[in-house]
Amino acid sequence: MLVELRIRRFNPEKDKKPWWGEYTLTDVDPRDSVLDVLHQVKWTVDGTLTLRRSCAHGVCGSDAMRINGVNGLACKILVGRLAKQEGAPAKIQVEPILGLKVLKDLIVDMEPFFEHYRSVQPYFISNSPIPENGRERLQSQADRVKFDDTTKCILCAACTTSCPSYWANDRYVGPAAIVQAHRFIFDSRDDAYEERLNILGDQFGVWRCRTIFNCTNACPREIEVTQAIAEVKMALTTGNV
Amino acid sequence: MAQKVHSHSFDAVIVGAGGAGLMAALYASRSVKVAVISKLYPTRSHTGAAQGGIGAALGNLEEDHWQWHAYDTIKGSDYLADQDAVDVLCKEAIDTVIELEHMGLPFDRTPEGKISQRRFGGHTNNETGKPVYRACHAADRTGHMILQTLYQQCIKNEVNFFDEYHVVDLIKVEDTVRGVVALSFATGDLHIFHSKAVLFATGGWGRCWDVTSNAHSLTGDGAAICLRRGIPLEDMEFFQFHPTGIFRLGILITEGVRGEGGVLINDEGERFMARYAPTIKDLASRDVVSRAIYLETQAGRGINGSDYVHLDVRPETVNRYYEEAGEDKRIDEAYIEEKLPDIADFARTYLGVDPVKEPMPVQPTAHYAMGGIPTDIDGRVLLNSENHILPGLYAAGEVACVSVHGANRLGTNSLVDLIVFGRRAGNHMAEFCQESLLLPLPDDSTAEIMAEFSRIRDSSGGVSPYVLRSAMQKAMTTQVGVFRTQETLTTGLADIKDLRSQFESIEIDDKGQQFNTDLLEAWELGCLLELAEVTTLSALTRNESRGAHARDDFPERNDDEWLRHTLCYKEGEGYRLDYKPVTIDRYEPKPRVY
Repeated sequence: MLVELRIRRFNPEKDKKPWWGEYTLTDVDPRDSVLDVLHQVKWTVDGTLTLRRSCAHGVCGSDAMRINGVNGLACKILVGRLAKQEGAPAKIQVEPILGLKVLKDLIVDMEPFFEHYRSVQPYFISNSPIPENGRERLQSQADRVKFDDTTKCILCAACTTSCPSYWANDRYVGPAAIVQAHRFIFDSRDDAYEERLNILGDQFGVWRCRTIFNCTNACPREIEVTQAIAEVKMALTTGNV
Repeated sequence: MAQKVHSHSFDAVIVGAGGAGLMAALYASRSVKVAVISKLYPTRSHTGAAQGGIGAALGNLEEDHWQWHAYDTIKGSDYLADQDAVDVLCKEAIDTVIELEHMGLPFDRTPEGKISQRRFGGHTNNETGKPVYRACHAADRTGHMILQTLYQQCIKNEVNFFDEYHVVDLIKVEDTVRGVVALSFATGDLHIFHSKAVLFATGGWGRCWDVTSNAHSLTGDGAAICLRRGIPLEDMEFFQFHPTGIFRLGILITEGVRGEGGVLINDEGERFMARYAPTIKDLASRDVVSRAIYLETQAGRGINGSDYVHLDVRPETVNRYYEEAGEDKRIDEAYIEEKLPDIADFARTYLGVDPVKEPMPVQPTAHYAMGGIPTDIDGRVLLNSENHILPGLYAAGEVACVSVHGANRLGTNSLVDLIVFGRRAGNHMAEFCQESLLLPLPDDSTAEIMAEFSRIRDSSGGVSPYVLRSAMQKAMTTQVGVFRTQETLTTGLADIKDLRSQFESIEIDDKGQQFNTDLLEAWELGCLLELAEVTTLSALTRNESRGAHARDDFPERNDDEWLRHTLCYKEGEGYRLDYKPVTIDRYEPKPRVY
């Protein structure tokens, strides 16, 4: 199939401002992903095209991009699904995710994102001793399921960089960091929920969320992000987890 | 263009931030100053793609013993694994898995709240020969949970990370280690990491083949760097083809699908594994299943005569076979969604197939390097067939060859390997650093690598790295695949040599400094080509069939001549092969029947 691709380009060593690169690919398999067509440009047309990618099947979180105005992983969006109808050419516009500084082409500065991540104590904290028999802590299936959804997060930043509240103020910790905190707040084995709730009750915490649902729509792992944020808000309000 | 060079100093440097690197970092950083250098953000590492489970004889659902796990591993290895190392792997699997739980890893739970376990290929009750519940799992994203948990603990323990720094050389003076050279992705500057010890945990090189489950980043950098610095590579002819990759794409479909009752079906609707492995059928070792799929498709029994078969996990199919086998267990659609959510998602996304309603088209996919940098059970790198140690140099995880996987790795044992030997290497490295001095750097530690990068950047030979890489991947798939012969391997070797000579004339587009993926991909291609040649040469010489190395012209295992490990050294522009004995202290080799 025919693909007309527009890619937001910027080379800090050459360009004063970003520009649109336009590429027409005539022989694309509709089952190819957007990552495949970006590779086709990089490997056969212009080797300077720069992006991050690794696993190419939606689990490493490297290639979050804004594709036709919507955040997603380039390796998980198939070209055939971007055509208006079967057999028609696909028009695909690819830009870096919004809200983080563009460093080169589709590469953004991920450091502010990981700073927010680190700020919520995204690690297991337990003050209770390990079981005397030296074995695993027990956890009921019902307790385990409470935080299952948020364990799926791959830190791709698709949610945070689709959030208007984050665009408005980048000091907001953002949905991804809240998802990470949720994973521990609702883990029955973890003892630091109060500290994390304090962090998220701060002026740049969960109350910046205006329940817009962009994050949930953007999540390539289909995490109910807005729901997780609501559960944290509820825990802050009621004191119950 | 003059390249800036920066210097750092640490006790120990860990290259790679997957399961092995992070586990080593957690342990080593308790007592010495450690830097973890990774070409990716740590959470992008391919450990995160591991799906089905991590094997440990916890016995949470039925009787199990680490000795059974050890025997299964040795049998699975086609008796090429070193049995003392396998004992360490399987014994320590139990407490390292428990330790992961103590670090917060969210395993699935049994009704009693213990770590849940599932069946997996080649893992058996040694008395009955039947599959055993040994694979500890968190849905079908066990590797993701391990990677996340270890990274979280590293953050908690304030480990020093150098993310998106690409290690490109080892600083070695005679038989001592002085550190590594890395290229900063962001700036293109070179960084010298001066250290007492270096651990390579850089993973495999599945990108030598065109249908692979491996990430684009799996280009064997650590193995190639060590080879170039005089360290041999062990058992490189043994590369695992996982039987169930998504047709055409190679994306992994976990063996856990078959562990949950899924079966492989040919074009005649036959569950053909019953013919190849009458006792455990679809849960035979991966090499056995991959060969069976290949033979079925060669005999015209691929689906519609094509080169794939069906993996069927529809509840009606699974339940029918459970009933036939006299098992009480029954599953429904909700069970599949709960136990295999990511697999269901992959099938829907990439195949447009709903696995609870339709079977999935699968074919073997290049998956895992059993061979690699030779080490002892503490991760110390071994220099030769006498097992002389190179003090200060360590390797762990897929890049290492301990050897616990021998000629064929059992499913789940890659994750066990990462955490058991990552921990041992981290501990040993810390002890080594406490007893050792920081040796001075040589004057010209960046000269060679700087020249190599200048050559790639400035070359105007007109050869496209993409064209070369594709040609290598096709040659490896057709000539050095599931089945090999002297003829295919000879042709393959000539092809790879030719491609390596063309590599001298490659030309890239991006001449810049910052975020130059064009340059780094070209350098990675050099690593892949080198490992492709070593793999092919090692395979051509081994005139027998063992585990993943299946020779049509030598179909039998030949213990009299070939019960030994291959070592391949780089000498000048050529290679030299040598061999060393296998440690056999408990189980005498016998025919392998599933």
